[in-house]
Amino acid sequence: MEKLKDIEALRNLREHLKNDVLRPGKNTIKVCCGLPCSTLGSHKVAQALEEETSRSGLQVDIIKTGCQGLCQKGPLLQIEPHGFLYQRAHPAHAREIISNTCAAGIPVRELIHRDSFLEEPEPLLQEVPFYKKQMKVALRNTGNIDPFNIHHYIAAGGYTALEKILTSMTADQVIEEMRKSNLRGRGGAGFPAGVKWAHTKRAPGTIKMVIANGDEGDPGAFMDRSIMEGDPHSLLEGMLTCAYAIDAHFGFIYVRHEYPLAIKTLKTAIRQAEETGLLGKNILGTGFDFTVHIREGAGAFVCGEATALVASIEGNRGFPHARPPRVSEPGGGPWGYPSNLNNVETYACVPPIIERGADWFLGIGTQGSPGTKVFSLAGKVKNTGLVEVPMGITLREIIYDIGGGIIGNRKIKAVQTGGPSGGCIPEQFLDLPVDFDSLWKVGSIMGSGGMVVMDEDNCMVDVAKFFLSFTQAESCGKCPPCRIGTYRMLEILERITSGHGEEGDIERLEHLGKLVKMGSLCGLGQSAPNPVLTTIQYFRDEYEEHVKDKYCRAKVCNLGIFLVDHDECILCGLCKQACAFGAVKETRRSFFIDRDSCTRCKACYYACPIDAVKIVKQRFARLEEELKIPSEEIAVIERRTRMRLRDILESKPYEIVMINRNCCIADAVRTMSEKNVSGIFVVDEQERLVSIFTERDIVRCVFNNTPTSESLENLIMRDITVFDPSTEVSSAISIASRKKIRHLPVVEGNKIVGMITFRDLVSYLLPEICFMAETMY
Amino acid sequence: MLAEALDIDEQIGEVGRILHAQEKKKGVLIHALHQIQEDNGYLPEDILRKLSRNLNIALSEIYSVASFYKMFHFTPRGRKIVKVCLGTACYVRGAAKLLSTLEKEFAVKSGNTTEDLAMTLETVGCVGCCGLAPVATINEDVVGEIIGEKKTGAFVSAIREEA
Repeated sequence: MEKLKDIEALRNLREHLKNDVLRPGKNTIKVCCGLPCSTLGSHKVAQALEEETSRSGLQVDIIKTGCQGLCQKGPLLQIEPHGFLYQRAHPAHAREIISNTCAAGIPVRELIHRDSFLEEPEPLLQEVPFYKKQMKVALRNTGNIDPFNIHHYIAAGGYTALEKILTSMTADQVIEEMRKSNLRGRGGAGFPAGVKWAHTKRAPGTIKMVIANGDEGDPGAFMDRSIMEGDPHSLLEGMLTCAYAIDAHFGFIYVRHEYPLAIKTLKTAIRQAEETGLLGKNILGTGFDFTVHIREGAGAFVCGEATALVASIEGNRGFPHARPPRVSEPGGGPWGYPSNLNNVETYACVPPIIERGADWFLGIGTQGSPGTKVFSLAGKVKNTGLVEVPMGITLREIIYDIGGGIIGNRKIKAVQTGGPSGGCIPEQFLDLPVDFDSLWKVGSIMGSGGMVVMDEDNCMVDVAKFFLSFTQAESCGKCPPCRIGTYRMLEILERITSGHGEEGDIERLEHLGKLVKMGSLCGLGQSAPNPVLTTIQYFRDEYEEHVKDKYCRAKVCNLGIFLVDHDECILCGLCKQACAFGAVKETRRSFFIDRDSCTRCKACYYACPIDAVKIVKQRFARLEEELKIPSEEIAVIERRTRMRLRDILESKPYEIVMINRNCCIADAVRTMSEKNVSGIFVVDEQERLVSIFTERDIVRCVFNNTPTSESLENLIMRDITVFDPSTEVSSAISIASRKKIRHLPVVEGNKIVGMITFRDLVSYLLPEICFMAETMY
Repeated sequence: MLAEALDIDEQIGEVGRILHAQEKKKGVLIHALHQIQEDNGYLPEDILRKLSRNLNIALSEIYSVASFYKMFHFTPRGRKIVKVCLGTACYVRGAAKLLSTLEKEFAVKSGNTTEDLAMTLETVGCVGCCGLAPVATINEDVVGEIIGEKKTGAFVSAIREEA
């Protein structure tokens, strides 16, 4: 590979390669060799295609590319110049692909994408729903070029930004362009990259460094890996631009050791760039020096944090340290040198911004979050894979249009974004635009871009426990609130999910979560409680169900009472065979489950072909077996009793009858008679509640011969029990019975909301009570 | 042997020009540990002692760094390293069941090695193949979509067969 002596040579090489390597109209098959498709056998497909090409004598280029995105349907092929997308390709299809498509332009029907068998297949990639709403900026070359060939990158327009800055832009102009573009860091909280570059440039000292953070430890995230595997030169060019802007001469790429293919592509890219004269000493004859070195991580999630990553580069344990000094300040970077540290995806966005201008970038996305974002879409969606979308697209569009909806058309429950530092977003926020600020408002973060979709078969308490166990295991141990606090939270979650939750556990989790957040030094501890806090915020009823009813509605935790529904049971006996503990017993006409022997392993639940084995709450089991009340009706009663006082108030006419405390008893009695109520509120001049006056008070006055001209203020001195509108009906009944009161004043803050009497409670619950009575007899 | 032959200047690269001698040696420590583990399968104590003398770093410091990172091991491991991915997508798709199946099949707990050193079972946070969840790796090969009895059985057979 010949070394380019100057910028003109680079320009000439690009023009030459554009008409050679990636000539338009050329017969090309791009085989996705990203890690998932490789796992599914794409290398064998590529080899079969090459053999078939040789045999047929046709001129077809077989290009092994990075990830093409739709991992669920791998191995993927793109056929140029027709624009076809083939999925689930197999080596046996090679002959058909070459003879039908490359020679005659006819698509192979079996390989064409279709959403369901009822629809017409769609051969064109641009029309496939998964790709239609995407926009490729950071992934512009991933899936299109051979990552092991620098000529492909140059032919695709690569190193144009480098050419531009070396010929016509000063360092300050580059930084100003970056600042104007408002490119926010794609690795976490979204700090503007241009501001960070400017800060590093101003730092005193002549030696600066550029660091790329490829330590992508989030479970469920593979965006950076795809860029490093599929388009490594994009990262290098971004780092070169940054080095030029801040006058740095040394660069590091910190990569997970678990990414061997990414390390391989990066090493090849660095070597090729150096041989071509685009990296190393005297780049393109301009006197600009920049060398890049790869640093492999060794399996510590905390090293994704900036100061911990720096410690690891130096060869130390990845302990975070307090800021200041920041990484961009003297003393903060590796060996004390100020350094600019950005995520891999952030650097990959830099070349197109320089090439096309900040205004172009600002035209994509939202005002506060310009540009695109790469997500690794995974979980219970039909189309999992790599997705790059403009900022501001809604979660619904990502999940249902790009992702194809939920597997089995089940009901979505939550979307988890941001990995173990993020949060769970419930269904009601599906129309939320996806950008840094919107996700922050609902308690989650963009993070590096993991997005896992969950359906009704996922238990949110179990998910929170999963994430917390991950961060607890990955804590570096430096800060006691993180090291010990997350462990205590995990203990509580273990208790809850194993059926030993106690009253107050949820409040303890919330309290501990806030303490861990405030008391931790780095981002790991500061965000570790996020999954727990957001699941409590949005799915509190699931937590309470686990604690009070010892029941998991998703059937994930081994809780609940197992019983056989005799109406549905067909006596096949599979549950009895499946049970390893002898808990399923048989009478002459039915099966039943012995609760003492049952270990809740769920073997019978899985074995039953018609879902006759039910997992229910303990109270449900008793009602169902003893009173023969159907499950559906129990659910209705359950829902009613779990309602709040606010619901009862809404079901009756709105009327708040007040009387001033200076009025006399006669006035109170007259008011009650006129309004036809059995109790009234006694208030002061500011209409704040002082007490209540009820029929029982009248009886007491008559008995005591109290004059009716007596002032209410002198009469009523007792303490009253007030209720919050969010109080559960069952709790209110319990309190009222214990205190022998018949009137329940409902107050919210200082504001009187309404009065609930026992008659209201009876009439509210009467339909269900009558039903139970009828059924019983 | 590698510990003595380590070329510090070559490994540290261009940035070595601005570092003093001890900083260079510290800077290559993690890479050296990777190399030792790649050659031996784990980190033997005697080789760590040689590394300590060569790099002029206290053995306790080397142990501190090596024990911090999850990737380094101090006991011999199996010929087949099986890692079950417990990332979010794999977890919600049933990775825990796969892990318990493997634990039963090979009579080994997660994080441990079988007695005949044939296989080591581990968990990993994420291998980045979420589209194929649940996923596991055998040494460096990735196996995806391990759901159901047939695929799980094939996976177990792949582990059992001799390399």
